[in-house]
Amino acid sequence: MNTPKSIPSGTCRDTPVLKERGQREVFCGLTGIIWLHRKMQDAFFLVIGSRTCAHLLQSAAGVMIFAEPRFGTAILEETDLAGMADAHEELDREVERLLSRRPDIKQLFLVGSCPSEVIKLDLARAAERLTQVHAPHVRVLNYSGSGIETTFTQGEDACLTSMVPVLPTTDQKELMLVGALPDVVEDQAVSLLSQMGIGPIRVLPAPRTAETPGVGPNTVFACLQPFLGDTAAALTRRGAHHIQAPFPFGEEGTTLWLRAIADEFGVDDDTFDRVTAAPRARARKAIANASEHLNGKSVFFMPDSQLEIPLARFLTRECGMEAIEIGQPFIHKGLVGPDLDLMPAGPTISEGQDVDKQLDRVRAAQPDLTVCGLGLANPLEAEGLTTKWAIELVFTPVHFYEQAGDLAGLFSRPVRRRAVLKLEAAE
Amino acid sequence: MKLTVWTYEGPPHVGAMRVATAMKGLHYVLHAPQGDTYADLLFTMIERRDHRPPVTYTTFEGRDLGEDTAGIFKVTCQEAYDRFKPQAIIVGASCTAELIQDDPGGLAETMQIPVPVIPLELPSYQRKENFGSDETFYQIVKSLARPMDRTPEVTVNIIGPLALGFRHRDDIEEVKGLLYEMGIGVNVVAPFDATPEDITRLGAAHANVLMYPEHAESAARHLERICGQPYTKTIPIGVAATHEFVAEVAQLCGVEPRKDLSRLRQPWWSKSVDSTYLTGKRVFLFGDATHVKAAARIARDEMGFEVVGLGCYNREFARSIRELAREFDVPALITDDYLEVEKAIEDASPEMILGTQMERHIGKRLGIPCAVISAPVHVQDFPARYSPQMGWEGANVIFDTWIHPLVMGLEEHLLSMFREDFEFHDEAGPSHHGGHSPKPSEAARTPDKVEERADPAPEAPQTGSDVMVWLSEAEKELKKIPFFVRGKARRNTEKFAADQGLQEISLDTLYEAKAHYAR
Repeated sequence: MNTPKSIPSGTCRDTPVLKERGQREVFCGLTGIIWLHRKMQDAFFLVIGSRTCAHLLQSAAGVMIFAEPRFGTAILEETDLAGMADAHEELDREVERLLSRRPDIKQLFLVGSCPSEVIKLDLARAAERLTQVHAPHVRVLNYSGSGIETTFTQGEDACLTSMVPVLPTTDQKELMLVGALPDVVEDQAVSLLSQMGIGPIRVLPAPRTAETPGVGPNTVFACLQPFLGDTAAALTRRGAHHIQAPFPFGEEGTTLWLRAIADEFGVDDDTFDRVTAAPRARARKAIANASEHLNGKSVFFMPDSQLEIPLARFLTRECGMEAIEIGQPFIHKGLVGPDLDLMPAGPTISEGQDVDKQLDRVRAAQPDLTVCGLGLANPLEAEGLTTKWAIELVFTPVHFYEQAGDLAGLFSRPVRRRAVLKLEAAE
Repeated sequence: MKLTVWTYEGPPHVGAMRVATAMKGLHYVLHAPQGDTYADLLFTMIERRDHRPPVTYTTFEGRDLGEDTAGIFKVTCQEAYDRFKPQAIIVGASCTAELIQDDPGGLAETMQIPVPVIPLELPSYQRKENFGSDETFYQIVKSLARPMDRTPEVTVNIIGPLALGFRHRDDIEEVKGLLYEMGIGVNVVAPFDATPEDITRLGAAHANVLMYPEHAESAARHLERICGQPYTKTIPIGVAATHEFVAEVAQLCGVEPRKDLSRLRQPWWSKSVDSTYLTGKRVFLFGDATHVKAAARIARDEMGFEVVGLGCYNREFARSIRELAREFDVPALITDDYLEVEKAIEDASPEMILGTQMERHIGKRLGIPCAVISAPVHVQDFPARYSPQMGWEGANVIFDTWIHPLVMGLEEHLLSMFREDFEFHDEAGPSHHGGHSPKPSEAARTPDKVEERADPAPEAPQTGSDVMVWLSEAEKELKKIPFFVRGKARRNTEKFAADQGLQEISLDTLYEAKAHYAR
């Protein structure tokens, strides 16, 4: 009962990946700041970039920008481009000013952007220097969220990776959950695992610097998100052991994810079933209700967040959909391999993007639902295609049992809306 | 380096995108890294356009940097031409591509593209969005427009309206209506809905109507020089300005200044007794220079408000805003830093703010009503209904928009009369605000714990209230003052007490201050 329903002989793992290069219609890694700053409550994210970067954050963060957010952009000006030494002094001054205005900040991230990478502004050195200046009150780290290096959710990966080397060392056998999830979801995961007797459980990123988890040879960790490849590698380099599993989307994904951890901690089947039986039944019922309109429909994923493969697995296996193409900005088989294994060969698996060519494929396939970014959604709707804008899948609580119905609901809502609207004049 | 959270303007290439997206048959090839495509969603979401902006990005990545980004640009440019077959192409670089110095203009010139290719030089580290749109339109006009014979009938061009422009869509209709009433035809509207081919016909008009100086003044000056076309200097926002505009156009075109005022309701609405309470309402104005200049005159002359502060974020127009501020005898605020705007608003403690999306949020924080008069704006200010700012209907729209956030006369009277009644208690707010009534300013100052879990920012050191002691009688009396003026009363009283060197505020101090500030 806890093993996959069926493992087809040829799976998506064996499908040759269509690799494309061309125009990409994606966010850069800076966007990750928008949800990371909510999660890490004493951190400030300072982007060193251009007006474009500030404008991007403002556009992507929507109304959140007005809630005195803990992020900002140090905008490079003409004079900063002229001499490098000057840029470091400028940065020190801006950080000084920022920290005096926000004394509650314990952790400061200097976030690199395309301009700062191109002029090779050494933010790593700046972070070290500033850490010394502001120690012990504030720790300064750096990572790059530039578009030339990172795509959308990879920004979180880069951020968490930058934290791994400074995690304290521990020899304790601890479970570390990796990935920033909404608190409500994280609490559910911790509660389920605790009920099985698994613990102590720590999370990366921690909500406050003081609660930073330790890492060592006895640490085992599981990723909550499929885009954390570099973080997983960095944790492995520090001796931690990675538990591989499908990602906890839907009833099946959540069960398999929990099962993999339970196995690592020697939880017996009875305990596992006792803890998961009720929420599994709830999840199945909620999915059945919400996925009524998805059954037999086709779906096309444009690349966006790297969540595409696990979500396609959920939609095809639990909601009865058929995947035409599953586009990802980047495929890390070490993480999404278990999800690929669960899907029978058939859909095109694509990595990277040439947006105009991919749109040609969308138009040719006429999918019932296209999952895409906000720059493409309305234009495709105007062409008569039904779309689900992808960003919502990153911000909304969608993981684990209790959200499984909501997750299916996110995909079925546009389909239902298409069915209920009667806007065309009667012929 | 300058720390920024909000920006009033995007980078200049967004200005160029606004011109390209406004036009038809034009394509923009933008040398930019992966991620810069975010700007597409401004057009597809905020303006709700039903097609992708006609912009192709090279979206180069890190691994391309050491190699051949120039080659990527050329391939992208060729593919964009082959796929979209535009009548003309504009090419340029975003901030990152500006640093790698590939020179898109020079590269495109070496290619065999059979349509005009117009290179753009947009200095991303010095200039901003409005410069980008003005410069882009100027370059397009410079490349394509030529002197030619005038149309036999009197026609004008309407220039300036753009994609993502605040009410540009409806302003065009309103200006067309004004021209129609005078028997003046429209030769070309540009950039909005114009093709590059239309731009080549600009020279046939007798004059140009410059709708938005921010976006088309350079082009208007250029056309005046090479085609001998005069352009209008008056922006027809407000009743008086529209009258002046009609007179100016009539004079430029040699026609009768005929007007149809049958639809104009604003002057009577403003004269009617319910509007008496608008007299002397203290307003603070901030936005782009054009809309602020127009709004200042409307506020003073057509609504009877008192302008207590004004400013703009686009430095290009700083001089004219300073002149305006002198005319109104208030300080001019030229800044693109919202913290300075917030400070200025706090200092002026107006009863109403007329500003942008940013000021709407500042107003919310300070508990001051606000109406939006200028970009940047959010999706709700690209309404489905007809809502121009210009012309006669624009005056009607402005009257409704501005007074809506205010407590109207009768309601203000009732609120203070029946203050103690449970239905009219201070927290209830004006009835027409529904669930969105401004909270009492005291409450608004306490950050919402649910929305913002982080520790609130430490408040700026207070100059008055932390050293001032309110005696209980005075405190009680203060609470009787309606909430929407209570904040101002508190500040005024404390300032008055501080000026008098008082440490304690008694009932008498409160009323002395009231008398001192009475108008």
